[in-house]
Amino acid sequence: MHLDTLPLRQKMRISSIDWTQISDNEGRRLRALGIESGAIIEALHRGILFWRDPLAVRVGRMSIAMRSKTAAAIAIEAMLENDEDNVSHG
Amino acid sequence: MDNPIIALVGNPNVGKSALFNVLTGARQKIGNYPGVTVERKAGKIILGDTQADLLDLPGAYSLDSTSLDEQVTRDVILGRQEGQARPDILAVVLDASNMESGLRFALEIKALNRPMILILNMSDLAERDGLELSSQYLIDQLGMPAIETVAVRRRGLDALKNACQKTLLNSQSSQNAVEAVDDDGLQAIISDSAREAYKAEANKLANGSIVRETLTREWTRNLDIILLHPVGGILILLAIMFLMFQAVYAWAGPPMDLIEAVFETAGGFVNGAMDDGFIKSFLVNGVIAGVGSVLVFLPQILILFFFILLLESTGYMTRAAFVMDRLMGLVGLSGHSFIPLLSSFACAIPGIMATRSISDQKDRLTTILIAPLMTCSARLPVYTMIIGAFIPPQNVGGGVGLQGLILFGLYIAGILGAMLAALLLRRSVTKGASAGFLMEMPRYQWPRSRDILIGLWQRAWVFLRRAGTIIFTATVVLWLLLTYPKVPINDPAYAGVSQVDYSIAGRIAGTIEPVVQPIGFNRDIALALIPAMAAREVAVAALATAYAIDGDNEDQVSWQLGERLAGKWSLATALAFLAWFVFAPQCISTIAVTRRETNGWKWPIFMLTYLFALAYVAAAATYWSAVAFGLG
Repeated sequence: MHLDTLPLRQKMRISSIDWTQISDNEGRRLRALGIESGAIIEALHRGILFWRDPLAVRVGRMSIAMRSKTAAAIAIEAMLENDEDNVSHG
Repeated sequence: MDNPIIALVGNPNVGKSALFNVLTGARQKIGNYPGVTVERKAGKIILGDTQADLLDLPGAYSLDSTSLDEQVTRDVILGRQEGQARPDILAVVLDASNMESGLRFALEIKALNRPMILILNMSDLAERDGLELSSQYLIDQLGMPAIETVAVRRRGLDALKNACQKTLLNSQSSQNAVEAVDDDGLQAIISDSAREAYKAEANKLANGSIVRETLTREWTRNLDIILLHPVGGILILLAIMFLMFQAVYAWAGPPMDLIEAVFETAGGFVNGAMDDGFIKSFLVNGVIAGVGSVLVFLPQILILFFFILLLESTGYMTRAAFVMDRLMGLVGLSGHSFIPLLSSFACAIPGIMATRSISDQKDRLTTILIAPLMTCSARLPVYTMIIGAFIPPQNVGGGVGLQGLILFGLYIAGILGAMLAALLLRRSVTKGASAGFLMEMPRYQWPRSRDILIGLWQRAWVFLRRAGTIIFTATVVLWLLLTYPKVPINDPAYAGVSQVDYSIAGRIAGTIEPVVQPIGFNRDIALALIPAMAAREVAVAALATAYAIDGDNEDQVSWQLGERLAGKWSLATALAFLAWFVFAPQCISTIAVTRRETNGWKWPIFMLTYLFALAYVAAAATYWSAVAFGLG
């Protein structure tokens, strides 16, 4: 499952990111915002009209807007048991 | 000896600027770093009996920079920025309720081994979010001062200043000055393994500093459900923009009447108190009619900036970018471009400068090239005057005025023109893959009246300075060209020749007239277009001066420029004039800033050419359609 199809309000864990689908520049920005393997992520809102793009996700205490195209490169899985502790105060 | 330098560093939206404002008060200087157009904000801060220079660095997430903004922040921190001495203290500002991301950056900076202070700003918001924090934990773990502040309420400022003083004393007494980090050192700090370690540590520190956490209030999320709603979000954004433009018209009325009355009284006073002659003509026709006709628009410009500052400081601006991203995507841009473009409604110069936060170069260039199509506040004087003179102030229903509606239509015309231009540019000169959209959306905040007032004051000052320099000079030069040579009054051969026709300016305009005649422009407009190259508002001042000079011979001098125009121009000409100003790149400062931003003359010349061509075509189309509808 990938982030672009994650239903709203469901916390998941990033299992891997396909960096080949993302430009270097955007990849660096993603990492700077804390979006990396192992991070806990939740979809908050989907964009306008019938496009439902971009989407807003929560990582830690941050809300981040990204396009579905980028989200499609982010693979997610169910949280591990001890993940709740690592969810930064969220 | 130079003052010690303290630099405020941190993620975007952590309240650095608010902190900077309360620490420096009015003692600020805003300029640019040499060679780049990133804004340099510096100010003086009083520390007991000494002074220090405080720098507000552009927001960044990491030393691994992705945009021009971040690059400048990194270079200043490392002491590599040309024209800027290395800061003596790095004060890292964190958002107290979202420390993890800030702490990752702080740990990178800590690895540089420079004197450092942590500032946990917006701690009141953390409290409201139900977080109880221990700054002592961070002090113990990191071995550096950590101060809790609430910039908005001026809380924690004394503690912060004390910490700065102590840190300065410590760093001066320690003899072993730390060497600047070289490229290898920097690469080590931003390597994957190091960043992995910082991330883990930041997570540990962020969790460790939380003493207690009660149920968080989710009001930002709830507000977002409404403001980012797939349909409602767009409607709300449109409503806000519409309200903004109606307000520009409705709220500015009384103060504008007041300013107009003041200039009218001043003109009448000078007219009555002085003998006819050079000085009187200069004061009444040049200074009062020219500059006064532009100053009248200060209230409208301030209202527009008020809205923009309000949208920025509440955090709504990034939501607007979110809502607009997909639509901007249709023309090959992204939501990132929306913020610079919205700022361009106030003025293209800060708008073009705001594009530096766009990390993709082609996206950025496209945004710069279309920014002048956004209706800036300098067009308002032109629009308002023409609309006021030619469009009746009637109500079209629902409390919406026809004049406001036409003004809204002009803004829409500019936006559509910009979108069309972006679409074409992205398929030709700025061709390339779409850059994507990635942006943090900060929590909503109550706007801080102090920051908005400081912002408004700065804009007002810039406008007044423009009125006092560029506009004043252009007006005076034009007045001279219009006044000389004098029509020989006693020579019967020149009976009936107007002063404007006989003057140098009138003769120059006469040669240009054939070029602009096909698009419905008359000699007066040709006359106004030349000095308006300096700044668009000058067109109004130029018309005011020209008609004031011709009005000399009349018994009753009317101070209302609009009334005179209504008698002289056809509606088709007026509409063509408006259409011209939607597109024409008439602003020297914009051209200059484009040259600086794009490092050369290629793009500004391209911009001038395509915008003038667009303006000519648009004015022609408007004029001939209007004539066809019988409005000529």
